[in-house]
Amino acid sequence: MTETTSVLDRPLELAAQVSVRPERFGALLYHFGTRRLSFLKDPRLLAVVQRLPEVPTARAACTACGVEPGSLRSFDAALRRLLDTGMLQERPA
Amino acid sequence: MTTTAIPLVDHFAQGLDAPICITWELTYACNLACHHCLSSSGRRDPDELTTAEAMAVIDELAEMQVFYVNIGGGEPTIRPDFWQLLDHAAARGVGVKFSTNGSRITPEAAARLAASDYVDVQISVDGATADVNDAVRGEGTFATAVQAMEHLAAAGFEGFKLSVVCTRQNAGQLDELKALADRYGAQLRLTRLRPSGRGADVWDELHPAAEQQRGIYEWLLEHGEEVLTGDSFFHLAGFGEPLPGLNLCGAGRVVCLIDPVGDVYACPFTIHDEFLAGNVRAEGFAAVWRTSELFQSLRGPHSGGACESCSAWDACRGGCMAAKFFTGMPLDGPDPECVKGHGETALATIDSASAPRPSIDHSKPTPTPVVLRRRPDRSCDESPLAGLDVASLPTPAGAT
Repeated sequence: MTETTSVLDRPLELAAQVSVRPERFGALLYHFGTRRLSFLKDPRLLAVVQRLPEVPTARAACTACGVEPGSLRSFDAALRRLLDTGMLQERPA
Repeated sequence: MTTTAIPLVDHFAQGLDAPICITWELTYACNLACHHCLSSSGRRDPDELTTAEAMAVIDELAEMQVFYVNIGGGEPTIRPDFWQLLDHAAARGVGVKFSTNGSRITPEAAARLAASDYVDVQISVDGATADVNDAVRGEGTFATAVQAMEHLAAAGFEGFKLSVVCTRQNAGQLDELKALADRYGAQLRLTRLRPSGRGADVWDELHPAAEQQRGIYEWLLEHGEEVLTGDSFFHLAGFGEPLPGLNLCGAGRVVCLIDPVGDVYACPFTIHDEFLAGNVRAEGFAAVWRTSELFQSLRGPHSGGACESCSAWDACRGGCMAAKFFTGMPLDGPDPECVKGHGETALATIDSASAPRPSIDHSKPTPTPVVLRRRPDRSCDESPLAGLDVASLPTPAGAT
């Protein structure tokens, strides 16, 4: 996997030590290993994160959750940040 | 990326169905008698929650999906069921970060803590050197804390916290405090001194001077997220850029305090009837959190009084409620440490004797020195220790 591959084309899932608490604005995520708290500031992002394990790529999760093509860039950035902070992990192929 | 109609911070200001983080003082018992203790701890309260009641609180927090709880006191490890409660929290998936003076962090305790994913530890130290620390925490407490850090590091506990209350005396030691934390693989956590509990008695002598506030602000900006602050310095956001964190008073909105007898207060710094929302014994925690009149009102709109016309209003939102309350200032007025200087001006007009006293006090009868509750003559303020004879502070009983 190279740096240039969009995070949207990877198979992702929530990291094992992460708990999700749905909220009106989206969700709170807490990683018990890093003790880091994150906010999902959009309910659709929560839906995408929850869909990740069922589909081959993050892009497929976005499509399944009705994310319009014009919004994909911002979802790409948000998912990348979650991956970089260890909230998400790459799923073994 | 956000398509929400209202900013996240406004969601928090309006309160969540469950707190993001809870502080839970497990006991008022303490082997120390720190002069600035926010909960006026010392003696155990005979009415403290039983083991079964404490476990029921943990169960409720688990059901509400509260990810973690900050346990403090008093000295929480004094409770005979301390380890049992830690194990119960871990079993229910509730993380625990507990604050301790380190006196009971033996090599065996350190090894046990290092083995758990669900436990984090904060060692309290209020100076980078024994003289500065021991003057407020008691003789020998610096050495005790350092020994606890050695035990944790030797046990392989990485990233525990070194927790420091910023004072006039240690504000010049921030680099040394960071180096101390680094030496043991710990993370530095700096919090703001509040005039809460016994802190009210020593506030005038200990709170950082106006010119030190900017130094703290710049130091925090420079170190960003590598230093934790519990969001406690949001009053400094008035200097310009916001500091990392929510920059919001979370009292009753996203945080609260459960005290040793099960009383629920708006935040750890507001142990006073005015901020008492209910009791976990009588109603259960969830009901207090969701329905208390006090919390409902904190989640509603608030007037910032004259502060609303200030250029820094959007940044600091008037500062800390507890800092205002216990210095006798109106809640819709400036923070006593307002970076624009409005607090000092307002404070000068207030008779400190009229400031509210804590509703409850578990201080031990003898060890706390009698510090007269008067605001020192402003003209005598050149000496940061005016009115406080540090050398003569007695050793807290039992601080061995």
